[in-house]
Amino acid sequence: MAIQALSLRFGGVAALTRVSLEIRRGEILAVIGPNGAGKTSLLNSISGLYRPQEGSIRFFPAPDDEEGVELTRRRPDEIARLGIARTFQNIELFRHMTVLDNLLLGRHIHMRANVLTGGIWWGLAQREEIEHRAVVEEIIDFLEIEPIRRQPVGTLSYGLQKRVELGRALALEPQILLLDEPMAGMNVEEKEDMARFILDINEERGVTVVLIEHDMGVVMDISDRVAVLDFGSKIADGSPQEIRSHPDVIRAYLGQEHA
Amino acid sequence: MESGIFFESYRQDLTLRRTPAQKIRLALVLAFVLVFPFFADNYYLTLANQIGIAAIGAIGLNILTGFTGQISLGQGGFMAVGAYTAGLLATRWGLPILVTIPLACLTTAAVGAVFGIPSLRLKGLYLAIATLAAQEIILWVVTHWEAVTGGTDALVVPPATLFGLKLGGRGADFRWYWVILAFAIFTTLFAANLFRSRVGRALVAIRDHDIAAEVMGVNLFRYKLLAFATSSFFVGLAGALTAHYRTIVTWERFTIETSISYLAMIIIGGLGSVSGSIYGAAFITLLPAVLNNLGRAFRDVIPGIAGLIPQIQLGVFGGVIILFLIKEPEGIAKLWKDVKDYFRLWPFSY
Ligand SMILES: Nc1ncnc2c1ncn2[C@@H]1O[C@H](COP(=O)(O)OP(=O)(O)OP(=O)(O)O)[C@@H](O)[C@H]1O
Ligand SMILES: [Mg+2]
Repeated sequence: MAIQALSLRFGGVAALTRVSLEIRRGEILAVIGPNGAGKTSLLNSISGLYRPQEGSIRFFPAPDDEEGVELTRRRPDEIARLGIARTFQNIELFRHMTVLDNLLLGRHIHMRANVLTGGIWWGLAQREEIEHRAVVEEIIDFLEIEPIRRQPVGTLSYGLQKRVELGRALALEPQILLLDEPMAGMNVEEKEDMARFILDINEERGVTVVLIEHDMGVVMDISDRVAVLDFGSKIADGSPQEIRSHPDVIRAYLGQEHA
Repeated sequence: MESGIFFESYRQDLTLRRTPAQKIRLALVLAFVLVFPFFADNYYLTLANQIGIAAIGAIGLNILTGFTGQISLGQGGFMAVGAYTAGLLATRWGLPILVTIPLACLTTAAVGAVFGIPSLRLKGLYLAIATLAAQEIILWVVTHWEAVTGGTDALVVPPATLFGLKLGGRGADFRWYWVILAFAIFTTLFAANLFRSRVGRALVAIRDHDIAAEVMGVNLFRYKLLAFATSSFFVGLAGALTAHYRTIVTWERFTIETSISYLAMIIIGGLGSVSGSIYGAAFITLLPAVLNNLGRAFRDVIPGIAGLIPQIQLGVFGGVIILFLIKEPEGIAKLWKDVKDYFRLWPFSY
């Protein structure tokens, strides 16, 4: 995916200013930056929730596809269909639905039943429910959430909800997975589990991961590359080692600590 | 005590009634429903038929409001579309009910989808007002388009026949019982199936969190209109059945009061519950009848009570709605579930 000169304004506030960024196939890219830097705005632009005023986001579904698909004028559901899934900073699950149903909804774009075949049930809908249930159960195993599969999501702990939200995004079988602070508010053990899941998803399922994260230890550990946003502009990108010693990055973070 | 139920396959896990207790209950209900009409007199048959039609309409409304979270005050108007379409097709062209009813359902679905367009922009109270506008517009058209609908005059529908069998005349209630029952069972199964498969799940997801649903690939535009259309299809069915069963269609039957009493049915029965829609329909249909009978029974004990019955009915109606909203927002369906849970653990239920 190639993001080029992306600018997004809310009235007088410039959330993103001419941000250019490449997301490479198969990598884990961390996006970091102080509060209000525009990290979430960037993800929202990719998933079609925000409409940037300028710039382009090109997604290349296949390795040999030079042309790509422009995302900036597409609806969120079209972008999902292209194979881009995400989680949110403040968990956005279907609270009254069970864990199973949340994950099955993640299969929406892969299923075919319509009102008629669904209402009739026998035949297509039943067959399809069984098939996709098997896919979802595999994800439930992977995320180690078997005991809670029938519980309404709203009754679960924060850490488990984060995990279910990851599962729902995974059920979509995305090419690119966008994770907005997947470890925020977790204890060390939960963070370790989550980091392991993200690495497995990336390595075993070959999913490209874009990860917003404040915990520098985690970022340095698991990401292949890091991009830094500050006041809506990208100030650096590179390997974790390069970023750690980048003068502008140190300044941005020190500035924040002094403020 | 019932415990440790495991399912051998996903297929078994997906059935609507899985435990032995559920199967026995279903068999008992079916047995009652099949035997009832042979013992009931016309008064009770009429009540049963009214409950059947109301259940179909309530399931329709629940699809839209309870399951998809799109509040609608247009129920009366949509029923009117179904009733007038069926009634007019039968009177003008003499079409049989197996043609008029499906056409009425489809017409109502189309009208519902059109009036659902504002839901793409409006939510909650604002959508309620928009659907109220639908209600008023439809009734205005019905009462003013005299050339077609006959305006405020009653539309008299010829008695229906089905497979060469006359449904009207003596014993009409008994014969209609089976017709309405068949449609009610169809509606119930259809809705229950819908909500254990892809489209129904997407509708519930829209109710819970529309933006998250969209980001997971649900086309909000299409699915909201689909909710209006599917809901209206069944509401139109209730309207069409009313027209043929009553053999008379008047606009007064489809005012905002109708919309409100259907909302009461799904609130009392249980928002987002198919079986709850049926309980609510039965409750709201039986309430006035029960109060009437009570009033008559106490006529001699409490003088003047007969004249007060209409007021008492309104008071109880309002009181019950408030009671449910405060005490059990999930309705009778939830109460019934609690009872079942209690007995599931019996005798260790503490
Ligand atoms: N919907 C919106 N309407 C108005 N302003 C917004 C909106 N979304 C974001 N902003 C503004 O854009 C800027 C960037 O916000 P954004 O949420 O992208 O930051 P962030 O880097 O994700 O911060 P955090 O680390 O706190 O999550 C902020 O100044 C914010 O107030
Ligand atoms: Mg953010």
